[in-house]
Amino acid sequence: MSKNQAQKVREYAKIVEEKTPKSRHVRGCLRAFWVGGLICVIGQCFTNLAVALNLSEMTAPMFTSCVLIFLGTTLTGIGVYDRIGKYAGAGSIVPITGFANSVAAPAIEFRREGMVLGLGARLFQLAGPVLTYGISASIVFGIIYWAVKEWLL
Amino acid sequence: MRVGKQTFVYEKPPEVASHASVVGPKEGGGPLADYFDVILDDDLLGMKSWELAESEMLRRCALLAMKEGGIPEGSAQAFFTGDLNDQIIASGFAGRALELPFVGLYGACSTFVEGLVLASGLISGGFLENALCAASSHFCTAERQFRLPLEMGTQRTPSAQWTATAAGCALLRNSDAKNRLRVTAGTLGKVVDYEIKDANHMGAAMAPAVESTIRAHLSDTGRTAGDFDLIVTGDLGWIGREILLELFSRSGKPLPSEKLVDCGASLYFQEQDPHAGGSGCGCVASVSCGWIMKRMEEGELRRVLLTGSGAMMSPTSSLQAESIPSIAYAASLEVI
Repeated sequence: MSKNQAQKVREYAKIVEEKTPKSRHVRGCLRAFWVGGLICVIGQCFTNLAVALNLSEMTAPMFTSCVLIFLGTTLTGIGVYDRIGKYAGAGSIVPITGFANSVAAPAIEFRREGMVLGLGARLFQLAGPVLTYGISASIVFGIIYWAVKEWLL
Repeated sequence: MRVGKQTFVYEKPPEVASHASVVGPKEGGGPLADYFDVILDDDLLGMKSWELAESEMLRRCALLAMKEGGIPEGSAQAFFTGDLNDQIIASGFAGRALELPFVGLYGACSTFVEGLVLASGLISGGFLENALCAASSHFCTAERQFRLPLEMGTQRTPSAQWTATAAGCALLRNSDAKNRLRVTAGTLGKVVDYEIKDANHMGAAMAPAVESTIRAHLSDTGRTAGDFDLIVTGDLGWIGREILLELFSRSGKPLPSEKLVDCGASLYFQEQDPHAGGSGCGCVASVSCGWIMKRMEEGELRRVLLTGSGAMMSPTSSLQAESIPSIAYAASLEVI
């Protein structure tokens, strides 16, 4: 690229930045906080309910996860979760309901391309990277934890 | 006849014999609703996939243009069309149903104007008596191909645009009648790239291409912005339009703001939440076939420079972090 062209590109980038409105981060954070918080409160209610129903400490969180995944998937299916997501942003993406949404949404979208190469192949299109790096990271940290416990403590 | 570096001036400028527009429910709730010929209540059109729905919308639009133009169905000599789907399937499927001699084009969102420029040349040269120029886009086919599944709960950036569910089709024909809407000149753009990489900021990626093509058209034909009643851009959106005005004002030959109309920025109300405005092949096609051409026929406008711009990127190029090359075409529409 010539010097002249590089100069033009830099000047243009400045114009674009000047003319482009910024995302409203403070408003976004507040919305994410209260919606995300509300989802967590709902989760805690189910955990308490599970404990009250005499489920063990190990199974109560699992019960909660199942309920939240069910809710997230159902809300995706009836076309409500994308509206919540539009309002709350990360507030509804980060909790487990967002994970359910990211699996259910491609399932609905790509059903038309068939059960195997459509739905089957695309189901984890969005959740796949989370699984790949989530599982990889837990293996790495598991090894570190084991090594520290074995040799250093 | 070729003039300047990139422009054709048509010796026998073809008449726009008819034009048709079909739009989805959201577009039909926008400020231009009164100008569109058909507003669909169901954007799936009773089909089993969004792609088939888009193709059906394009087919209906072409049929309507032939009917309005008073030519029997199936007698158009060529069908110039394109869309945003991989391998322009919406156009291919519509072509299959219409059984017309087919010219599939891809200029991303500039396709409609690209078709006008090419078809006018063939008609002026005597190779065709008439031709249909069309383009379509559908929000739901574009989302699944370029972005995310519809039900994903994510936020869009303020600069993101909304792909219009719309199709537009114009029937061009050779004629000697007086006082008709005609395509008098066309300019082929060059692919321009100012290294914008954000696929959610198409207006910024395309504005320099539009500037380059408008400038080429004006210098090739020896006209100035003042010679036109309106300069219409395809789908720069509100932000891209501002950027284009800034580019012209920095060059020392500013465009008068009131003369610059962007189809994408005109298609929706802000309250409909289209973010930076409409986009897609169907945006410039439906707005020019609906709004602009109708206003010209009513005598409100005499001469309009219609430009369409397209971002020549794909999901693959975005993932590979390539910048977005853009193209723009211009056609001069005049009532003469």
